[in-house]
Amino acid sequence: MSVSDQPVNMIAEIEAPSLSLSDLTWRRFKRHKMAIAGLVVLFLLIIYSFGGAFFVTEKYANFTDTKERLQAPNAKHPFGTDTIGRDLLARTIYGGQISIIIGITAAFVEVMIGIVIGAVAGYFGGKIDAVLMRFTEAMLNLPQLLLLIVMAKFFSSDIKNIELFGREFSGSVVVIIFIIGLTSWPYLARIVRAEFLSIKEREFILAARATGTPTWEIIFKHILPNSIAPIVVSATLGVAGAISLEAYVSFLGLGVRAPTATWGNMLENAYRYIESAYWMWFFPGMFIVLIVLSINFLGDGLRDALDPRSRTV
Amino acid sequence: MTNARKFLEVKDLKTQFNTPEGTVYAVNGVSFDLKEGETLAVVGESGCGKSVTMMSIMRLIQIPPGKIVGGEVVFRDTDLLQLSEEAMEQIRGREIAMIFQDPMTSLNPVLTVGKQITETLRTHTPMTQEQCRARAGALLELVGIPDPIKRLDDYPHQFSGGMRQRVMIAMSLACTPSLLIADEPTTALDVTIQAQIIELVKELKKNVGMAMIWITHDLGIVAGLADRVIVMYAGYVVEEAIVDDLYENTLHPYTLALLQALPRADRRRDQSLKSIKGSPPNLLVEPRGCPFAPRCEFVREKCIAENPALVNVETNHKVACWVDVKTGALR
Amino acid sequence: MTKYIVRRLLQAIPLLLLISLILFVLMQNATDPLATMGGRTPTKPEDRARLTRQLGLDKPIYIQYLYWLVGNDWAKTDLDGDGVAETYGTRHGVIRGDFGTSIVQTGRPVTKVIGERLPNTLILMLTSEVIIVLGALLVGVYSALRQYSFFDNLLTGILFVGYSMPIFFIALSTMYIFSVNFKRWGLPYLPTVGMFDPKIGETPGQIILHMILPVFSISFISFAAYSRYIRSTLLEVLGQDYIRTARSKGLPKREITFIHALKNASLPIVTVVGLDLPLLLGGAVVTERIFAWPGMGRLFIDGIDRGDTPVVMGILMMIAVSVVVFQILTDIVYAWLDPRIRFD
Repeated sequence: MSVSDQPVNMIAEIEAPSLSLSDLTWRRFKRHKMAIAGLVVLFLLIIYSFGGAFFVTEKYANFTDTKERLQAPNAKHPFGTDTIGRDLLARTIYGGQISIIIGITAAFVEVMIGIVIGAVAGYFGGKIDAVLMRFTEAMLNLPQLLLLIVMAKFFSSDIKNIELFGREFSGSVVVIIFIIGLTSWPYLARIVRAEFLSIKEREFILAARATGTPTWEIIFKHILPNSIAPIVVSATLGVAGAISLEAYVSFLGLGVRAPTATWGNMLENAYRYIESAYWMWFFPGMFIVLIVLSINFLGDGLRDALDPRSRTV
Repeated sequence: MTNARKFLEVKDLKTQFNTPEGTVYAVNGVSFDLKEGETLAVVGESGCGKSVTMMSIMRLIQIPPGKIVGGEVVFRDTDLLQLSEEAMEQIRGREIAMIFQDPMTSLNPVLTVGKQITETLRTHTPMTQEQCRARAGALLELVGIPDPIKRLDDYPHQFSGGMRQRVMIAMSLACTPSLLIADEPTTALDVTIQAQIIELVKELKKNVGMAMIWITHDLGIVAGLADRVIVMYAGYVVEEAIVDDLYENTLHPYTLALLQALPRADRRRDQSLKSIKGSPPNLLVEPRGCPFAPRCEFVREKCIAENPALVNVETNHKVACWVDVKTGALR
Repeated sequence: MTKYIVRRLLQAIPLLLLISLILFVLMQNATDPLATMGGRTPTKPEDRARLTRQLGLDKPIYIQYLYWLVGNDWAKTDLDGDGVAETYGTRHGVIRGDFGTSIVQTGRPVTKVIGERLPNTLILMLTSEVIIVLGALLVGVYSALRQYSFFDNLLTGILFVGYSMPIFFIALSTMYIFSVNFKRWGLPYLPTVGMFDPKIGETPGQIILHMILPVFSISFISFAAYSRYIRSTLLEVLGQDYIRTARSKGLPKREITFIHALKNASLPIVTVVGLDLPLLLGGAVVTERIFAWPGMGRLFIDGIDRGDTPVVMGILMMIAVSVVVFQILTDIVYAWLDPRIRFD
């Protein structure tokens, strides 16, 4: 290469390309091998629950055959049968659907309530903030599970079955979604409130206000998108939380009712058969552990990628 | 002073950090030396590797993600990089002390100032608790803190920023070290306090007789403080000179640019301050040529192809540049 | 300090009233106490009517709440159903320490019913909490100091699994392994249910033996969450400037960790432990159900099942009050640890 002594301008050639925000996020997420593994397992569980429906009918999942009750896993019933002879493999497929749907929708209810209360409290401040935060605090003053049990009991009297997409569900599914969402939002509301408190003082919000931007637009178009990272992380972890809460309440006999199966209510009473029929609690329990674990890994990876400065609690 | 023997010699020091975004080449073969009682100023923009160099000398780099990949730090005939962690603890605080940029965060908020000064003494000397306390009080008095004995029981948040930096200085002097490394100790302070602290350190240095390395990005405070200056850019030393020489006979385009960015009383009024064009170097890529080339107004093709070494061009004046800035010709 | 505590307690009063009102309304509408009274269903309509009047169930909900809160010894009640209120009530109300009487265990004061079960739950919870905090400190500090080492990665992985595991799964798995299968294999096995073997009696040895599995199940999950929290808190503290200062002074590593770092890290840790402690009772509900442990958690679930509103309300209010008390205690400890905070 010939070297001249003439001045040159080759700035563009020397500078390294800079990384965009989404590149950075993806790079940070990819680094989390467990988060990737979580994503894969979650995907497989979804395929199992929803794809499994092409191989087994719901009728079969709810079919009772007392002659075949409490069968250990065998060729005909790979996961065994329960106390009234229902096939557990089929029930984990249909139970998985309901558990996953409950997880996602309850987290959605949680996020909606959490955002509205947190945003209103954080943005308007003053008396509204004081009242809303008092209420939030009251919610946090009791263990969520106990609150959930009380509410489950409150809504437990005559629940009708509902029909949707040609299938029949126990109305308790809706009740459980609703009450899990209703008892889960306080933490998220606090996070959103804190985000709003700090972002609303930033210059670009003051600028938006100075130019007469309507309040709702400031809240939803300016502040909310800037606080999306912790909300996405909480929502993800909220799905795992909702799935295990459903399992807890159902385990205690206050959750989703028959005939609808969930991974949680399959465990109800299973503990009474700990000595004689391990398969009754092992298979549904294992599915709950797997899905909660994979979502938590996913959430952890997302937190690192989207919100690197925050801390895990 | 120039005849005093070298007691610190840094040779070809290299430090890198492994981050998810890639390897950060923070220090890329830095060499310099220091004589007993001498004051060396290390100048450069933030991110040029001056702090990392000092942290590497003290072996305070977090490993991982950091790693000292090569070089030697010879202090009184011992290579500090070869010492065990325990032996290094004996050097830190006793032989080489350090003060840091932000006095607000550099003191432990939940321990009293007295505790933080005496623990250095307790670690390095056989003094009793009472002797340590008396010495700590004397140190606070030395750095000009009124009512010193009483203030030993105060916590850092009960001091103002300037006072906290005085506490930091008192702490670093506890065992009368032979070398004090000051990492931008005045950057976080008000201008008036800055001057006070600089005066205090100059005074103390004269009395204690220690050598000092003063890191700063402000060439303005170097003149009255240092004997020699090294200028760093992108993890390289680009110029090294006796302090007066650097101002009067600047040899590196980067130093020149730094000086032109400095407000001066003797500058004509219609001469405006010049900022350095372009952005600070990206340390994620190992530069092929001279790291300053993209921002240099004297840049030649050779600068992009090959990184110049730091060479002696005049007596006690080293520079790493292909171009003679006075004539514009290649060296 | 005293002023601060008094102020905090006063602030808690409206909060507790709000909680109690919501719970009371939920509970009164959720259950029919008459349907399940002690398992004996009052068949005769006149019995039913008399009991309804006696329990005040014919009154509007806000009057019922008022009676629950301040008692009804100042108001006359119509007991015989002739339309004339002639008898003074006997209840003193929650604010005077009277939580009413249990419906299931007819006539027994709620405080007594809960009081019987409370020690059983406390022995389980406090043992677990001590194990959780000490163990989590050990593991958290260890893995923070050896960040990214093989053991740190291994522990982080195990803890993550533990943290995601529902308590019933751990309880059932350990039961299945250490009780069912150990028995099957002829090994010394652990008991599964109850507090003691009725054939041997309520000896300390028996209770400890029966505590092993439930304590393990309760500890496992919180232990994982706490270790993770302690690890990340300590790592954050270890990255602070003052730790660098301490290292630059040549202090030994152990001194830096246990004096400089841990004292700072203890601030958030104390907060989390203090606020979580009373909430642990939530987990007790499931654990006590599985292990048939005669504690408050089971009392709560039984109360819910059988509509024993006074007992359920008593338990919930007790927890709510202890949460408030623990919040204040946490603040006091925090202020004691952090010189930057003073209450005056």
